[in-house]
Amino acid sequence: MTLIRHELRRGWKSLLIWTGAISAFLVVCMLIFPEMKGQMDSISSVFSSMGAFTKAFGMETLNFGTLTGYYGIECGNILGIGGALFAALLGISALSREEKDGTAELLLTHPLSRAEIVTQKLAAILIQVVILNVVVFLLSIGSIAVIGEAVPWKEVGLLHLAFFLLQLEIAAVCYGISACIWRGGMGIGLGLAIALYFMNIIANLTDKAEFLKYISPFGYTDGADIISAGSLRGVRIAVGMAFTAAGIALAYWKYCRKDIR
Amino acid sequence: MEQKAIYAESLTKFYGKARGIDRLDLTVDKGAFFGFIGPNGAGKSTTVRTLLGLIHPDSGAGKVLGLDIAKDKRAILQRVGYLPSDNAFYSGMRVKDMLKLSAGLRKKDCSARAAELCERLQLDTEKKVEDLSFGNRKKVGIVCALQHDPELLILDEPTGGLDPLIQHEFFSILQEKNREGVTVFLSSHVLSEIQRHCSRAAVIREGRVIACDTVEQLAKSNARRVTLRGSLSRDTLPDVRGWKQENDTVTFLYSGNMNHLVQVLAAADVQDLTIAEPDLEEIILHYYGKGSEQA
Repeated sequence: MTLIRHELRRGWKSLLIWTGAISAFLVVCMLIFPEMKGQMDSISSVFSSMGAFTKAFGMETLNFGTLTGYYGIECGNILGIGGALFAALLGISALSREEKDGTAELLLTHPLSRAEIVTQKLAAILIQVVILNVVVFLLSIGSIAVIGEAVPWKEVGLLHLAFFLLQLEIAAVCYGISACIWRGGMGIGLGLAIALYFMNIIANLTDKAEFLKYISPFGYTDGADIISAGSLRGVRIAVGMAFTAAGIALAYWKYCRKDIR
Repeated sequence: MEQKAIYAESLTKFYGKARGIDRLDLTVDKGAFFGFIGPNGAGKSTTVRTLLGLIHPDSGAGKVLGLDIAKDKRAILQRVGYLPSDNAFYSGMRVKDMLKLSAGLRKKDCSARAAELCERLQLDTEKKVEDLSFGNRKKVGIVCALQHDPELLILDEPTGGLDPLIQHEFFSILQEKNREGVTVFLSSHVLSEIQRHCSRAAVIREGRVIACDTVEQLAKSNARRVTLRGSLSRDTLPDVRGWKQENDTVTFLYSGNMNHLVQVLAAADVQDLTIAEPDLEEIILHYYGKGSEQA
């Protein structure tokens, strides 16, 4: 528990900034929705007829003039990208930062097994991801209530659940990578998150690249899919959770055998 | 059989093709104040890091306080205090928080002992660790290594950055701990420290222990440091090392027949003469120079 508390203390500023930034963008977007709603009919027809751009962001399925359509796209872009970057940074730095900052020797000469270190750091990541998602979810619901719209609990709940799973997957994969590297790896983490985001856009553009939706976690967070189907894509999530498990397993396997520099 | 504080048998670690330690044998008795001497790159840190489980040996076996270094890492670390040569701490933390974290990771309340050590070492616990000088960071490392009352202290270049008064206090603390039965394993380049404080020492060279004995025995040598003013030809004396000549002063280490030395000196033009035992440093340098032949 000491290490979990220590990790949370080290990460609270970053958590506060990311949670604050993502929440603020989401809340602002929701607060301007009533103003934009009146103009949405014409905007929606424009957005739905922009060819590849429309397909890339799933706007041919979603109606931008409805709260769920607006939220699905806006949420996907803000919570999707913001959450993915936050999760990637958390995961990639958790283990490798100790070696980069020279504190690994200090930590690993205390009576903790390597597996305990991996477990406690993983728990700290999970707690931070949960905190970010709970706060963002509550503020989003609050902002929907504030603008006087009925809260579409099911759609919003499913969207947020999907993004929570996406963050877990990216954090876990980055965590596995973190156990294998000796330097900070921030570029790797951010690069991976962005690459996965663009994989999904490519998959939206062409059917030939649809398999990318099974590789990228953004494949199961697609607002258009979730809102129109009213459910999550079970197979894609199962593949994603397999990547999550693989990332965590890699972290345990590698870190328990690693020579600390 | 009495348990040893440290026992290593044929411990080997290569980093790719680069040698870390190569079939290193080492025994440190419980309760010893043991010195570990070697030049840079000799394998001192690799030895320590392997014993503490930071790196995994390629082959060989090791025990610390009777516990297997491969299987009982956690139990070993519970009973060992380690001071690395470079002390890195988590930035943003105050000294008191760092000490509390270290104690917390050991699931111990070490506050009373930590306060006593901080007072003796004159360490300000309110300062942030990144604002500390090298010497003060070293003090934080010392308190972290000592506050949980370990049975074995492994200290890697512990006095770097400490002023002479604090060094004196630090060694007083170590001597007290040693008298209480704590084993002290001191890895150092400062041979005078080893000579002054350690009962036994090992010399490591190119990854292998080339000499291990009491400091008294290590310092004993049939070689003598000869310093004379006058003129003397080097060719007249065999078994001479470290020949230096400046103006009319000649100095060298002689390990040959004493009668022959006296005869040569008697025949030479000598205005002043000193023949003394070499200090430990000279002897260790001698080991460094010919270690591989002795191994």
